[in-house]
Amino acid sequence: MNGATLLPAVGVAAGLAVALGAALGWLASRLRADPDSLVERIDALLPQTQCGQCRYPGCRPYAEAIARGEAGTDRCPPGGEATARALATLLGREPRPVDPRYGTTSPPRVALIDEARCIGCALCLPACPVDAIVGAPRFMHTVIASQCTGCELCLPPCPVDCIALVPAGEPARSRDASTAAA
Amino acid sequence: MNARPALRGGLRVDSHKARPLEQPIATLPPPAFAVLALDQGSGEPAQAIVTPGTPVRVGTPIAIGRGAAADLHSPVSGTVSAVESRPTVAGTGPCVVVANDGGNERDSGLAPLDWITLDPAVLVERLASGGLAGLGGAAFPTAGKLALARAAGVEWLLVNGAECEPWICCDDALMRERAAEVVLGTRVLRAACGAARATIALEDDKPEARAVLASALAASGDDRIELVVLPAVYPLGAEGLLIAAVTGREVPRGALPPEVGVLCQNVGTAAGVARLVTEGLPLLSRVVTVTGGGVRRPMNLEARIGTPVADLVAACGGYDELRPPVRLVAGGSLTGRALASDAVAVTKGLNCVLVATAADLPGRGAEMPCIRCGDCATTCPIGLLPQQLHRAAMADDAAALERFGLADCIECGCCDYVCPSGIPLTARFHAARERQQLHEAGRRRAAEAKQRYERHRRRLDEQVEAERRAFEEARRRARGDGAGGA
Repeated sequence: MNGATLLPAVGVAAGLAVALGAALGWLASRLRADPDSLVERIDALLPQTQCGQCRYPGCRPYAEAIARGEAGTDRCPPGGEATARALATLLGREPRPVDPRYGTTSPPRVALIDEARCIGCALCLPACPVDAIVGAPRFMHTVIASQCTGCELCLPPCPVDCIALVPAGEPARSRDASTAAA
Repeated sequence: MNARPALRGGLRVDSHKARPLEQPIATLPPPAFAVLALDQGSGEPAQAIVTPGTPVRVGTPIAIGRGAAADLHSPVSGTVSAVESRPTVAGTGPCVVVANDGGNERDSGLAPLDWITLDPAVLVERLASGGLAGLGGAAFPTAGKLALARAAGVEWLLVNGAECEPWICCDDALMRERAAEVVLGTRVLRAACGAARATIALEDDKPEARAVLASALAASGDDRIELVVLPAVYPLGAEGLLIAAVTGREVPRGALPPEVGVLCQNVGTAAGVARLVTEGLPLLSRVVTVTGGGVRRPMNLEARIGTPVADLVAACGGYDELRPPVRLVAGGSLTGRALASDAVAVTKGLNCVLVATAADLPGRGAEMPCIRCGDCATTCPIGLLPQQLHRAAMADDAAALERFGLADCIECGCCDYVCPSGIPLTARFHAARERQQLHEAGRRRAAEAKQRYERHRRRLDEQVEAERRAFEEARRRARGDGAGGA
């Protein structure tokens, strides 16, 4: 066997390697998983309380951190086990329960302002991430229960501690009962 | 009729309708206190327009319906004594309680209708203010259904006299005794919805009702109404299945019957419409079957809406001490719901009170694992695969539940009935549905919260930006002034 008969075979193999390599490289750059759409899909599974218990400033930043592979799927106490499982399924990771270091899952709660004690300082208004508190300086504030996500972010700014978290769905009913009795 | 079977699957169950049908419908005296649940069975409460102390007469409106709730009228004359939460057929809910003064005085605003000359749109409005609702059990406002049907241009009105549950026979009794009212109501409903033809459907185990209805139809001289007799198979009385059996049209998933050109109404509703037209009376009473081994004299009673179930049982001779009842069921033994007590009151949707002894309810041993025999799939009238649905429900697998058609399940209970392992399939499907609804609601809330959060962020950013610009503007001006001064 001499070099002349070997040469075309080597040439063809080398040519194929170069062509396929180029095609794969082009496809890889072309069909890369869109990081934005992954963030969107993760974000869609989060409860959007914007509470920051995951140590990120909101649900979207947490979704971005998960997409970057920087945060685990176990940091969302408001979402609870269902969210943790859905996130793990979406990402193909091993499902893990919510890490108690980030908080515990409780039944849905909403903020309730004790209107007798509210001094109308308006400090809680910008703190509410979903604009669920109605009020103005020197006027009493109140929480729109149906919009409140129970994130607790209005608690620290209140100077008179007049905001409490109550189980969702109950305050309106108990108030109705008290006025009916009065 | 064509050769196509009326129903795929289904059950032929032993009927227990003979005893209540031995006697005519008895009219119960009005109760001392009428307890009117604002949710009459459709799952949505009406809005009360009376307060304690309001004087009312028979037929005075006491609550206005919205959406899936019909208007509600006082069935007695007297005063409203309370508007409060009480045990109801559906659990616990707001009720209007009217203390009966025994006067039985009618509200002055009630007058018969000249339905033949009345514009159909006005007729529908009058039916709405008459509080007519589906008496088959769903209690959906009749006027709402009619308005939908008119908008969709239905051509076929189906009046449902198929009563497939093994214990319920209130519609049978009604058709036997008030066939003329049923026929008149059918004519009015046909005129109101604009359909070209109407069919009254009932099963072949009701020959008496069929004969009486046929002669009433002949007497009315209305040749656009026909009578169709179907085999007595459970659950053929379910709206979608009856429509498929009579018209051959299948109502698609998530759609309503008007979308296939059909409107379905119950025979009891038709009789109620007839009363409204001839006497001007809104829907104040309904026929309820009180039956079961635990009651002395099972019978059909015409009771005012708001009559406590205890009064109904007392009118039937009371509870039988020799055969103590184990459960009170609203509705039949297959799809009924247990009642908390006999203090709950009759609603528009309550067709039967089953005072069940242990022997009356389908027995169910301890639950065993699914052996995948497929009996449930054979009997499912919708053609679902309950065994697959059950696996998905146990795993809480939303995608699989969707794929196997949980949304199409009518919760008829056929699969439960035939399951040799005694698995409470229907209850599991119902629970899975509730979980899904909860999940959906959470999703919606989250989407809304996200939108609000984004707006909040944008507003805060704009504020910061505006402050920065104002600051720079001020600085520039201060510098400019300084330059001018120098």
